[in-house]
Amino acid sequence: MLEIRSLSKTFSMGSINEKLAVDEVDLTLEAGEFVTVIGGNGAGKSTLLNCIAGVYEPDKGSIVLDGMDITYWPEYKRSQYIGRVFQDPLKGTAFDMTIEENLAMAYAKGKPHGLQWGIRKADLALFREHLARLGLGLENRMKQKVGLLSGGQRQALTLLMATIVKPKLLLLDEHTAALDPSAARQVLYLTKELVEQHQLCTLMVTHNMKAALEYGTRTIMMHDGRIILDISGEERRKMTVDKLIELFGRRSGQELDNDRLLLG
Amino acid sequence: MSLLALQGSLELGIIYAIMALGVFISFRTLNMPDLTVDSSFTLGAAVSAMLCTMGHPFLALPAAMVAGWLAGNVTALLYTKLKIQPLLAGILVMLGLYSINLRVMANRANIPLLNQPTVFNSLQGTPVEAQTHWLLPLVLLLAVILLLYLFLQTRFGLVLRATGDNDQMVRAVGVNTNITILFGLGLANTLVALSGAMIAQYQSFADISMGVGMVIIGLASVIIGEVLFGTSSLLRRLLAVVLGAMLYRLVIAIALHLGMPPTDLKLVSAIIVTIALSSPVIKEGLMSRQKRSRSYAHKEVKDNAGNP
Repeated sequence: MLEIRSLSKTFSMGSINEKLAVDEVDLTLEAGEFVTVIGGNGAGKSTLLNCIAGVYEPDKGSIVLDGMDITYWPEYKRSQYIGRVFQDPLKGTAFDMTIEENLAMAYAKGKPHGLQWGIRKADLALFREHLARLGLGLENRMKQKVGLLSGGQRQALTLLMATIVKPKLLLLDEHTAALDPSAARQVLYLTKELVEQHQLCTLMVTHNMKAALEYGTRTIMMHDGRIILDISGEERRKMTVDKLIELFGRRSGQELDNDRLLLG
Repeated sequence: MSLLALQGSLELGIIYAIMALGVFISFRTLNMPDLTVDSSFTLGAAVSAMLCTMGHPFLALPAAMVAGWLAGNVTALLYTKLKIQPLLAGILVMLGLYSINLRVMANRANIPLLNQPTVFNSLQGTPVEAQTHWLLPLVLLLAVILLLYLFLQTRFGLVLRATGDNDQMVRAVGVNTNITILFGLGLANTLVALSGAMIAQYQSFADISMGVGMVIIGLASVIIGEVLFGTSSLLRRLLAVVLGAMLYRLVIAIALHLGMPPTDLKLVSAIIVTIALSSPVIKEGLMSRQKRSRSYAHKEVKDNAGNP
């Protein structure tokens, strides 16, 4: 479904702050594969995701999604095929518009944006049904502005918006990092439900090693812009957080000193 | 204040409300302070006055709208394609349009329309002749409100409104924000130019400096409307802008009646908008002061309790 070939991205090229954020990364995702991505700060996880989403243009390499070479497509164009949930709960929704208006915009993805009526009656019933499935009571608040929702509710809504038109690829960039533990658990659970229900090809960046092993079908670890570990199947089932930390030390030649990653 | 003066200020309020709705589009739905307004208002007036002198007062309105649309498009392109800050992009277009407006007006700073056909004297001899001065602007304003209300609920209208809220999200649902900004600023300045075109015919002249401070008047109308009439629904927001614009005219008329020199008008407008824009800060400051004085009073009571 997704094929990344020797992708590289350097920030501030030629300056004293030059930073090679993604270094010759090769990665292939099969349809329906749910990959979790872990790594310390500055490992290149978010940059990789942003290159796939089109926020950054890579310096080198190619990104092919379902046979389409999207390497140099503008962000809005590839968004037709990619669903995204951001770390910042404010980023995924329009706060001054209602829940149903937000969903209507997400639902119009890939359709022509002309003078058709924004929210049709039939759509409303569909939105209500989808919202009810989130189990947060949002189906009774469809005319309320999104600005009134909590962070967890917003991330759940953003997840729904990212998947209401089935994307070829779902990108989750630490989407539970800004939430309190119970909301984070709930959103992770919803993520799993939606991904399994739609059989979505998913790339989820997380700082929580336990969650990285618990959710998904495959886990990759990044360090200094490279993928240093890629496990799936039996090997992954037997993996524990302690072993993962040990493996990190061996592969990267460094102690894992990132408290956030350890405690998560 | 005489009834005639009151009626006059309300008529002006109706026409300026169309401009204020344009400012609402750029300032609120796109979240961009668009200074193009000052010159696109004059552009609309200039195009309108010139076409009146050629005998086409009705054609003058759509022609002015097209000119306004293009002016807004230029600002949008400076911002989206050349990455010039929105404020600066607006100022650049405003500056450039000054020369273009003079050209449109055949290098005159003022075009009088006395004894020229306008939309207001075109209905002479019909039963509504005496009412044209408020009826025509009102019909136009109602049509604008209705069309905006419907448009902002269409698929394109929704993403236009979301662009000012969160442009990242708009791109994430697959819409090119460069297009929504191009269209939004075009629409905003179309309404501004239409308002300018009507004002020129209403006052029977166009002047090269008639747009100065127009964006501030628009902002004042938007903010006064929001504070007094609320923002709970889309229709309410649109009506609030209109009522804000009319109220602003009324306040100015009363101030003039009470003896304020007309030359102070712009200063008063600037002060009104400053107060309106800073109202959240002022409110917060007052609240924190209240809190502090309360905790101070509390401390005093405790101190007294310790030293009977």
